[in-house]
Amino acid sequence: MRVVKNLWKDKLAAASFLVIMVTITAGIAAPLIAPNDPNEVNMNLRYAASSWEYLLGNDHLGRCILSRLIYGIRPSVLWVLVALFISVFIGAVLGFAAGYFRGKTDALVMRMCDTMLSFPGYVMALAIVGILGVGLENILIAFILIKWAWFARLIRTSVMQYAEQGYVKFAKASGISDFKIIYQHIVPVTLSDIAVLSSSSIGSMVLQISGFSFLGLGIQAPNAEWGMMLNEARETMLTKPELMLAPAFAIIIVVSAFNFLSDALQVALDPKLVTSKKRSFGTNAKNKLQEKEVAS
Amino acid sequence: MLKVDCVEKAYKKGGLFSKERQQVLNNVSFTCDYGECLGIIGESGSGKSTLGRLILGMEKADRGTVLFEGGKVTDRRVRSGKLSAVFQDYTSSINPFFTVEKALMEPWNVRGIARREAQEKMDSLLDQVGLTPSYRKKYPHELSGGEIQRVCIARAISTQPKCLLLDEAISSLDVSVQLQVLDLLIKLKKIYGMSYIFITHDIQAAAYICDRVLIFRNGRIEEIIETSRLKDVKSDYAKKLLRMLITF
Repeated sequence: MRVVKNLWKDKLAAASFLVIMVTITAGIAAPLIAPNDPNEVNMNLRYAASSWEYLLGNDHLGRCILSRLIYGIRPSVLWVLVALFISVFIGAVLGFAAGYFRGKTDALVMRMCDTMLSFPGYVMALAIVGILGVGLENILIAFILIKWAWFARLIRTSVMQYAEQGYVKFAKASGISDFKIIYQHIVPVTLSDIAVLSSSSIGSMVLQISGFSFLGLGIQAPNAEWGMMLNEARETMLTKPELMLAPAFAIIIVVSAFNFLSDALQVALDPKLVTSKKRSFGTNAKNKLQEKEVAS
Repeated sequence: MLKVDCVEKAYKKGGLFSKERQQVLNNVSFTCDYGECLGIIGESGSGKSTLGRLILGMEKADRGTVLFEGGKVTDRRVRSGKLSAVFQDYTSSINPFFTVEKALMEPWNVRGIARREAQEKMDSLLDQVGLTPSYRKKYPHELSGGEIQRVCIARAISTQPKCLLLDEAISSLDVSVQLQVLDLLIKLKKIYGMSYIFITHDIQAAAYICDRVLIFRNGRIEEIIETSRLKDVKSDYAKKLLRMLITF
């Protein structure tokens, strides 16, 4: 509750949260919200300017850009989020195990990560698509397989910092189980690190998905996807530059909303930063002084 | 009660495939009785903190055993609630996300003590270590070093352990606060009748609180002697240690 309250006080964070929520609901409810069929071709309306029926105008095949944008949320944001959560989850489980237990577990997990990380990401993805065939789901599987090792490694480093702290030592000494120590002590302190890591990789994942779509490996042609819309608009970049604006702004807004939110989350989660804000009101400082005198 | 028998510990040196090992503890044996305060004195790197970790069951000895009330200390159930610790570094000894109240609740949660009962006990516990109930809602970064160390002591004694291990617990405090904390420890020992294992490099502090001291050097016990007879130490190293203290 405290976290939500703090987050709400920060205007930018609240706005970012709102943008993300609206995007996600729009993506889920795309058939209800989108004004037109995103794949309906209408050659009479090629490059038409915005009108009441087509709010953002039409593209090179006369398709409604707004509808395509809304349907594009599904692969560009929703599926990317799913892939991200799965890879962060795998990375977190292995990272926590490696960072907390160390020794042989650590060596085993890290050598596995080394193996995965020694392949360039795109090559791995191409290999997986080569084996499993073309399509969005295979690209997502490839993403998960590439990314977990990266997350595991970064989370392990973050966990290691905290695993030797006094409070963990005390918890161990007083006979609390390892699982409970991880859950109670290490997860909360590493959560802000994980939030920042994953939000910063959302941006690159959105762009990578569109990269694969451009190569014809991801989303297939008639279906809408933000990166692919950018690529389609690229052909007429010099004559009709406005076609690029809609998907480009959509990507920029969503990616920056995630970044702002993770930034604010880091502040909201940290009790040190919160109370130092509160203290500037002055009353707390006075009380504290009095208590100190009593204590000494 | 606590029986350390022929304990040895070595750490691996170098990388994954390195065979080289550094011996940290060498054939260490001693006992600690109920209600006794045993000091372990040694210079930095002599292995006394490693010994502390072994006593707390956080690491396994390569050879030998550490028995607590007849059970192996590496078993969680043996030490649960009966063995507790206070560590040196007060900046990290309480989770920064926990209030004082939550930190104090932790050992009680393990033992399955009801929340309401614990709430009642908490005020008297805070009072015993010289803090007021208003500290309950505070986060560790709002407290001073001495206050945090008091909270840590309160947390350590909350389950009324039989044995409390203090690993350099006062070394990072300034001298006047050190004395306050030592007096507090003596007072608590009278109330709860627990035994202390007091690991330190400070002979004066050890002499102030301990019944017996164990002089430790390079992973070996040089000498075990009662504090009242500290002047009659036999080994050269202990004599040297005491002499240095006097000139200082």
